[in-house]
Amino acid sequence: MIKVLFFAVLRERLGTSEVVVQDFHGSTVSDLIQHLQQRSPKWQQELASQDVLAAVNQQLVSHAHVVEAGSEVAFFPPVTGG
Amino acid sequence: MQDVKIHVQEANFDVGDEYRYLADDAKFGAVVTFTGLVRELQSGNLTAMTLEHYPAMTEKALTAIVSEAQERWPLGRVTVIHRVGRLTLNEQIVFVGVASAHRNAAFAAAEFIMDFLKTRAPFWKKEHTNDGEYWVAAKTTDDQAAARWQLQATKD
Repeated sequence: MIKVLFFAVLRERLGTSEVVVQDFHGSTVSDLIQHLQQRSPKWQQELASQDVLAAVNQQLVSHAHVVEAGSEVAFFPPVTGG
Repeated sequence: MQDVKIHVQEANFDVGDEYRYLADDAKFGAVVTFTGLVRELQSGNLTAMTLEHYPAMTEKALTAIVSEAQERWPLGRVTVIHRVGRLTLNEQIVFVGVASAHRNAAFAAAEFIMDFLKTRAPFWKKEHTNDGEYWVAAKTTDDQAAARWQLQATKD
């Protein structure tokens, strides 16, 4: 099981802040993105950008990072605080 | 971490109080503070701003940034405060304060912390204007500002 969170414009466009993925058999963040993109054309489009940032267990990681079962993965646009 | 204060909060903060805390140690002769405020748009249309964050990650990310600064420079007290929620024009958003023995380290560390806060800490701004609501786009100049510290590290 992987808990997936979305923030900011991505959360609004997907219409959800959290999904639970039960049937993930890939390995990396990229694989998880591809898995989520199969949900609908909208998900396909919104997660297609190379600019989407990923955090695994609250640490920023590259899309090549391996996702272990039980992880919390978050996707969000480039940050704009400060 | 000892002497590191990191707060993510809706409430406002008092720069004077924060300065007095940073300055209250005779070993450190330099205190640099930065305060970021909600700025009006060129169009003059801004009514408010909402700051969203990723609560579980925010303090971890800020703590990691401060740790990196402590590895680079000899620092005394360090304070980072970032507000979230709805803020109106001219309100305070962010505070970074650094104490060190001498000014060079204090200036550099404060700038380093702000540059990485802007590119690594999970905050997002949404502008509320007379024409509607817009998520603020990330600036490549912020990425460049953070990247120059990496270049400097490889040169060292």
